[in-house]
Amino acid sequence: MTKNALGALMVVLLLGVAAYASFFIAPTDAKQGLIYRILFLHVASAWTGLTGFFICFIANLLYVWRRQPRWDWLGVSAAETGLVFTTVVLVTGPIWAHPVWGIWWTWDARLTSTFVLWLLYVAYLLLRTLIEEPDRRALLSALFGIFAFVDVPLVFGSIRWWRTQHPQPIIMGEPGSGLDPLMYKVLFFTWFAMLGLLILLLRQRYQLEAMRGDLDMIQRDLETA
Amino acid sequence: MTLLSNTSALLGKELRTEFRSRELLTTTVVFVLIVIVLFSFTFDPTSEESRRFGSGLLWLAFLFAASLMLQPCFLREQSNDTLSAVRLSVGDPFAIFLAKLVANTLFLLATELLLLPLFAIMYNVPVLAVLPWLVLVFFLGSLGISVVGTALSAISAQARMRELLLPLLLLPLLTPILVASTEVTSSLFDRAPYVQWKGIGFLAVFDLVFLTALWLFGEYLLEE
Amino acid sequence: MTPPAIPTGVLFENIEKRYGGLYALRHVSFETKPGHCVALAGRNGSGKTTLLRIAAQLVRPSSGQVSFPSGASPGERRRSPGYVGHATMVYDEMTAEENLLLFAKLQAIAEPEKRVDLLLQEVGLGHRRKSLVRTFSRGMRQRVAIARALLHQPSVLLLDEPGTGLDPQGVDWLKQTLIGLRDSGCTILMSLHGESEISSIATRAIRLDAGVMVADTAAGSPMRSVMTFADA
Repeated sequence: MTKNALGALMVVLLLGVAAYASFFIAPTDAKQGLIYRILFLHVASAWTGLTGFFICFIANLLYVWRRQPRWDWLGVSAAETGLVFTTVVLVTGPIWAHPVWGIWWTWDARLTSTFVLWLLYVAYLLLRTLIEEPDRRALLSALFGIFAFVDVPLVFGSIRWWRTQHPQPIIMGEPGSGLDPLMYKVLFFTWFAMLGLLILLLRQRYQLEAMRGDLDMIQRDLETA
Repeated sequence: MTLLSNTSALLGKELRTEFRSRELLTTTVVFVLIVIVLFSFTFDPTSEESRRFGSGLLWLAFLFAASLMLQPCFLREQSNDTLSAVRLSVGDPFAIFLAKLVANTLFLLATELLLLPLFAIMYNVPVLAVLPWLVLVFFLGSLGISVVGTALSAISAQARMRELLLPLLLLPLLTPILVASTEVTSSLFDRAPYVQWKGIGFLAVFDLVFLTALWLFGEYLLEE
Repeated sequence: MTPPAIPTGVLFENIEKRYGGLYALRHVSFETKPGHCVALAGRNGSGKTTLLRIAAQLVRPSSGQVSFPSGASPGERRRSPGYVGHATMVYDEMTAEENLLLFAKLQAIAEPEKRVDLLLQEVGLGHRRKSLVRTFSRGMRQRVAIARALLHQPSVLLLDEPGTGLDPQGVDWLKQTLIGLRDSGCTILMSLHGESEISSIATRAIRLDAGVMVADTAAGSPMRSVMTFADA
């Protein structure tokens, strides 16, 4: 079996175990019943999304420093996969909120911050589509990516400090509510499984980008020959 | 010292240019005025409501205005390739950004202070008692907007669809400014006004963080 | 024009510039000896502008390097080359005098007002110093552009198609100015479309095609053929 297929199989297995654990191993929540179990998907996706953006940030820094195309490829791959996980967070939020609170969206601090994060990375990807020359695109999007990542703690900080003054439903319980130790274990395991998925998707996307880069070079060489 | 003298020479150029044409200031002031008037149609502008929504409206207006006003920042250097001339002459490239962001901050601040009395009258919000604090938060907020905006206008000037791109890049990045500035301003508009030092501190930190980021990475923004 | 302080040459070593997969310049290597005048000929897109901008250090080459060997003793500060580009590189909304003063101050030139005054006289714009550049003709803009490039008394002058858009009087002025600079020891590297009044002052010509050097008078090709390579 190829390395890729083996890796994919392992990730599927891990995710399967995580899903099983979310439903059958984690204890039932007294207040919310079944729906709370979406927490494992929601929070693990949020952490995975942030991991993706962190990888993007490092790739951006490395590109500005070394100017090697592979860092640009890593950057866009990490941003896109990070965006996928962040989208899951934004979708699972309302899915949880509706049965519990009867409303689809609350301007909960973390969800709102995640939305801004999502917008920042959409902007990063949109910027890339608007610059044609590959080296310019790589440099300018890397610089924007650096600014965006530096902004992230400021976004989360400002929204948490001031938006939580206003009474509103808080997704996944108050910060101080705490989880049962077994729930934590399931959560961390789910995150671990998701990181596996992140790496899998990242590799595929990276390889695609690398192939595109090579194809570009070959095409140009043919044209100028 | 080179940085200081370069910055003052370039700042002089930015201010002189604007002073002669006044095109940036007039268009920005009129734009903010339009937004303020339009907003009045969206809620009942009684004094209580205005106190609650006024600060948000003001800062949104400032943000939108800034995202338009910052467009020409680097674009206008393209037609005659004057940016290359400056890059060749200048001793410290950071002076290019410093001069532009100081100029942009001054233009934004001038717009805000010009419109504050109009806003106060139209929305019945008393501002005289808290004027010095308002100037402080306007300054810190505008500085943050200018630092980030100047950097991003250097990026958008090199891309397509730049008129739409700049707001798209700028507005999400500036959410912390919007949140903090609105909070500080609204507590100044309150029936019992008070100064939110946490907010002032936060704005100062934001400004410092991005000024540092611009200082570290600015020269790459100018590369060809 | 005041003579340059130190005779300086220009050395290109294996210059390569890639934009994505496209090569703007490839294997460009040559040296211009101090005091010489080299004409770079080539069609649009042949890489002349890119090469000059690399020499001006506005653009970084993908590989290779450009250096300025000179007889300067280690203590003397070497001056950067003067660059006159396609565009005028001065601000339309400022006067000729204000423009030159700005660039003089940025370069920390001693006694900037005096230097600006001298240059304005030398390029024949003394009477229009207080006029906005916006009101200038193409010929006058070119004079301001050259004045700006000469502010810091460079030993090397780079010009990108300097004769474009000039009337015969302007071309004549440019030619005399460049001859004066060349004779006082300034090294000149200029790009041109083809043979012209200006190209006649060159001591060497190099032809670029698609980013590669294809002809060189230093290698024996006759000047005429390098400058007027039939569009093959």
